Amino acid sequence: MINDAPAPAGPPEGLPGNSEVVLEVKGVTKSFGPLTVLRGIDLNLHSGEVLGLVGDNGAGKSTLVKILSGLFPPDDGQVSIKGREVRLHSVQDASSHGIETVYQDLALIPQLPVFSNLFLNHEITYAGPMRLLNKRKMRELAKRYLDDINVYIPNVDTEAGQLSGGQRQAIAVARATRADASILLLDEPLAAMGARESRLIIDLVRGLAKSRMVSMIIIDHNFAHLFELCDRVNVMQGGRITINQRTQDTSLEELTELMVSSYRSQLQQALDS
Amino acid sequence: MAYPVTSPAEPKSSAGLPSGGLGRYLWSAFVAQREVTPIIITVALFIFFSVDSSNFLTSLSLNAAAGFAAPVGAIAVGEVLVLVLGEIDLSAGQVFLTTPWVMYWLWQLGLPVGWAILASLFVAAGVGMINGMITVLLNVPSFVATLATNFILFGIVLIESNDTEATPIPGSLPPQTSSVVPHVGFFGQVIGVWLWSEILWVVAIALVIHYVLKRTRFGVRVIATGGNLLGAAEAGVPVRRVKIWCFVLCSFLSGAVGIVDAVKYGSMDPGNAGVNYILYAVGACVIGGTALTGGRGTVIGAFIGAILIGVLEAGLTIIGVSTNDFYVYIGLIMVVAMTLNGWLDRLAAHTRTS
Repeated sequence: MINDAPAPAGPPEGLPGNSEVVLEVKGVTKSFGPLTVLRGIDLNLHSGEVLGLVGDNGAGKSTLVKILSGLFPPDDGQVSIKGREVRLHSVQDASSHGIETVYQDLALIPQLPVFSNLFLNHEITYAGPMRLLNKRKMRELAKRYLDDINVYIPNVDTEAGQLSGGQRQAIAVARATRADASILLLDEPLAAMGARESRLIIDLVRGLAKSRMVSMIIIDHNFAHLFELCDRVNVMQGGRITINQRTQDTSLEELTELMVSSYRSQLQQALDS
Repeated sequence: MAYPVTSPAEPKSSAGLPSGGLGRYLWSAFVAQREVTPIIITVALFIFFSVDSSNFLTSLSLNAAAGFAAPVGAIAVGEVLVLVLGEIDLSAGQVFLTTPWVMYWLWQLGLPVGWAILASLFVAAGVGMINGMITVLLNVPSFVATLATNFILFGIVLIESNDTEATPIPGSLPPQTSSVVPHVGFFGQVIGVWLWSEILWVVAIALVIHYVLKRTRFGVRVIATGGNLLGAAEAGVPVRRVKIWCFVLCSFLSGAVGIVDAVKYGSMDPGNAGVNYILYAVGACVIGGTALTGGRGTVIGAFIGAILIGVLEAGLTIIGVSTNDFYVYIGLIMVVAMTLNGWLDRLAAHTRTS
């Protein structure tokens, strides 16, 4: 039965840097009071790989991402980064292990300029108790970095609130990768975005994954988006990963069918018991 | 291989220097400043009063304006920090009035003047700490939390003073009339006896806080917390600590200038309520271009707003208009200032995008 076979995927062959597993999740469970949200998650992520996480509301996607970003601990199971088991007690903890999270496009401060947003909470300051901002240096580094990852913002002094949704999302992604992040968690990066803006974010994500070997887990409801963004897709249903497929081995139609039949068997189980 | 996130044709992205020459640049830089409205109104009032009455441009009436602007300005400068957070501190006016009483009581208990001042400043900061804690940890809206502290402080002053007026530290720091007497000493002059010391304190505080908000890591954190609380928290900004610090600073600054003010006038009236001051201070912030919604604020604007209120009050007195009319004018000016602010905002946005 598909439901009980969340076989962890082997290295996706034919991808660059496929050998190294950067993130491994084993048997992670999580309950909130009487409500069991995660029932034993096994998942792995390879260097430079883009993994899609799809599933209905309440399937446990956000809970899994929150555990990985250090917002709360799992009840059971383990998380390993580059082969070493880690405990992520806080966002700072996760950050120190190279995990950064991008929350939709709401993460930026609309009243602050682009460069301030990029350096938020990692400001470059002069020595001294006042922590005076070295704005010149931040501007310079922001420009260079955005050029580096091919994000085109005409002026880093522009307030984030005046950028378009796609530009804001790009800045949010750029901020997360700026701090030498090796694992990026993206929560619906293309939500509420037009076709052209989506294209730009997709290019940015693919570019970062391939050129900087950043590994990513992307949550999205939209199958079509995930097929464009990801090397591999994991489907979550009822707190488990039920389907694990490389996008190049499958098609949109096939994956949809798999999901539907998986739902049927779950439904059948529920009716039988 | 480029992935331009914006194509050059995108209209929303041409922020910054507009093309079209120096004049156009200066104009857009001018309208982009939020302090423009209060400056225009203050200058207009200044000219009007100077033309209307030759007595206006005298040291005495300018000092009257400064005397009114200083308390309002001191409270407004701290208040901007709290307003930028998207919170409000309604107790700052009462802290301004209560802190000298605390100093006076401590002095009566036998503490030397210097220590009494230091200790009362700690108390003022402590009130801010309590305001911040109630707001942040107990999740009480700051409007309510600080309104409560405001009443409690007012009550304490009425009870402890037996409802009788007092002179702050009589004997050691004589009231204003002795400011010409040489034996008052440098310290006394600095903390309020000299005619212009209070307004100079406020100017200095305004400059420092302006700098803190615009140039320091703390300032960025304040704007981030007020602009997008969740986003700032997710980026790792310690939003609760930032909020508490802003309340502490606001209270501390109000208390500090409160002592200077009490020393300057040489008497303290327990029946004087802080709400009289705080509403002017919030008014000065708003006239100056600080949004009550958080994320945006200008310390310089708030200070100019306070000067505007001072000039209006002193000016109306000089030209012989009843002080009762003052309230009507101040209300009208607030409406005009807010309308102008909105209009300038749209103009600035238009200049940026066209």
